[in-house]
Amino acid sequence: MAAPVISRAAEQSPSATQKLTIGKALNLGLRTAMENDPKVIVMGEDVGKLGGVFRITDGLQKDFGEHRVLDTPLAESGIIGTAVGLAIRGYRPVCEIQFDGFIFPGFDQIVSQVAKVHFRSEGRLRMPMVIRVPFGGGIGAVEHHSESPESYFAHTAGLRVVSCSNAVDAYWMLQQAIQCEDPVLFFEPKRYYHSGALRAEVDTAVTPAPLFSSQVLRTGNSATLVAYGPSVKVCLDAAAAADEDGTSLEVIDLRTLSPLDLGPVFESVRKTGRLIAVSEAPANSSLTSEIAMRVQQECFYSLEAPVLRVTGFDTPYPPTKLEEHFLPDLDRVLHAVDRALAW
Amino acid sequence: MEPVQLLDPDGRLTQDENWPLELTPELCRDLYRRMRLARRFDEQAYVLQRQGELGLWLQSLGQEAAQVGSISAVRPDDHVFPSYREHAAALCRGITPAELLVQWRGSRNSGWDPATYRFHIYTLVLAAQLPHATGYAMGVQRDGTDEIVLAYFGDGAASEGEANETFNWAATTEVPLLLFCQNNQWAISTPAHTQTRTSLHQRAQGFGLEAHLVDGNDILAVHAVTAAVAERVRSGGGPAMIEAQTYRMAGHSTSDDPDRYRDASELDSWKTRDPIHRLERLLEERGWMNDGFRADLEAECEVFANRTSQECKQLPLQDVSTLFNTVLAEPTPLLTEEHRRYAELVASFAE
Ligand SMILES: Cc1ncc(C[n+]2csc(CCOP(=O)(O)OP(=O)(O)O)c2C)c(N)n1
Repeated sequence: MAAPVISRAAEQSPSATQKLTIGKALNLGLRTAMENDPKVIVMGEDVGKLGGVFRITDGLQKDFGEHRVLDTPLAESGIIGTAVGLAIRGYRPVCEIQFDGFIFPGFDQIVSQVAKVHFRSEGRLRMPMVIRVPFGGGIGAVEHHSESPESYFAHTAGLRVVSCSNAVDAYWMLQQAIQCEDPVLFFEPKRYYHSGALRAEVDTAVTPAPLFSSQVLRTGNSATLVAYGPSVKVCLDAAAAADEDGTSLEVIDLRTLSPLDLGPVFESVRKTGRLIAVSEAPANSSLTSEIAMRVQQECFYSLEAPVLRVTGFDTPYPPTKLEEHFLPDLDRVLHAVDRALAW
Repeated sequence: MEPVQLLDPDGRLTQDENWPLELTPELCRDLYRRMRLARRFDEQAYVLQRQGELGLWLQSLGQEAAQVGSISAVRPDDHVFPSYREHAAALCRGITPAELLVQWRGSRNSGWDPATYRFHIYTLVLAAQLPHATGYAMGVQRDGTDEIVLAYFGDGAASEGEANETFNWAATTEVPLLLFCQNNQWAISTPAHTQTRTSLHQRAQGFGLEAHLVDGNDILAVHAVTAAVAERVRSGGGPAMIEAQTYRMAGHSTSDDPDRYRDASELDSWKTRDPIHRLERLLEERGWMNDGFRADLEAECEVFANRTSQECKQLPLQDVSTLFNTVLAEPTPLLTEEHRRYAELVASFAE
């Protein structure tokens, strides 16, 4: 992993704090990465004039030109495939996939090419590219616009997979992912892009945490909640609610999904004896399965209860009016906490 | 190449010997009525979205001639594979407002039985329906019937690999497939020239398909060309493609903000080519539209709009059990168990 990025803007003012939404933090992160490295290229559907359907690339084409911020033809396989070529040529493409459900036309390029170029060339070729994916539900969208496909990619050797849950990470993790020499799938919690509640102070002058590390966001003793992306907020809310009832929950934001950094989770479970893994992605053969397996292997004698999971159902993502059933919420998380504590 | 045009923007008619059209007052009135109803429906759906009754709406505004003209030129038993904006075509097949709106209200993923209307459910993943239509046509070919298959797609979707695989596949298998592209000039914010540098019908010709360019805002041209091409496909002439030049007169969807990327003057210039006005002028000029017809149609449009609102608001909520019961022909033990546990959980909250 490369050293943490210090943006030029940040170098000038030692403490440059701005209050940003996740969406604005991603935008600033992209902008900074493009300023720092002329090889960074942003490409995707409608990322130019429109600034992307979520406006994450807002203003970038105006400032960096059409050669660096490209509205591509409408072809995900083409977006990823040409990014492979750009990377071979020494560029650092940052691809935007418009919605989670539309990554699949590019799946073949990701799984068979992006993930294997380094291996197949015996390390002669590197794949420094980022594939940004707005993911998850809760936005009242039609089908294919609310999915959580991260486990497919975590399952694939040769890819790195991360997800941010807050504005500070959005700003830093995106820049770190762009600096990474390996391909990074970057999952963004689209539900909270423009959430005022998640607006946070982003200090662009600090040294950020390493990209491939998990973080304890709240300490507690009764049980541990582990999550990533949009589910982190659900867990933090649950922990706040439980606190009022005298139950102290530890909350860990996974941040990196592949490789997993489960050290902090093991440490936490050794303390609390109970773990609940939360994700919008269905449970079957998923990241939460992997977490549960490794925790039982590492922390077997510390566990007071089986590892529990609160996830989406093993069904396709439902129509909007049923999504509240599907999405893990405060009640379901707290119910799982009760079950774990009652074991 | 100039698109086939029979009716110019001022409603002046020319005949084209390559594309014969038996012009009758009944045909013109019928096409006009269908376009008017479709537009009124679309306007109402837009209002429903703004009132919060629909989560999202994608308008068919401006594309009525391309849709009504084409679907009315094939047989009712010809199977159709739409994309997601084919509301005018769907209405022609008798799909009800409730069936059309339920997906956009967020109550279900699809609203109608494809077999009943011989109209497949909407496909939101761009171009994915095109290989499906091709495969369906391979089945028709094997069954030896004289049906054809009609598949709709957009200029943006034409950039996907699956669209181009379809062009090639259809040509090599000689299936009874009619590919109908509504080139409405925009794919969200991306103009058609970003998608392609040869026109789409020429691309299709390169793949070995018979292909034609038609003025998609001229319903008579769309109807005549589609009817003639459909009959050639039906009689074993092989697959074909029609590119209809039209215009998305609204934003991409109710979430879109087209002012960010296109000039108002462009929309204004297309407004002068409005497909409905064009036919209206012809009807007026020929004296084929009397006051009675006019008044009846206005009234019918309003009744239809009211029905659209009512049906939309009365759409029932789907029960959560359909989620678990519709994944596979038989629920798996995992699904059954998840369903049971979820029902228990909900019951425990109710206590
Ligand atoms: C595979 C895929 N990628 C991206 C999208 C997101 N998307 C929905 S509609 C659209 C533009 C489609 O343009 P076009 O095919 O011209 O049809 P139009 O919407 O103009 O009718 C895009 C990019 C999608 N639905 N499917």
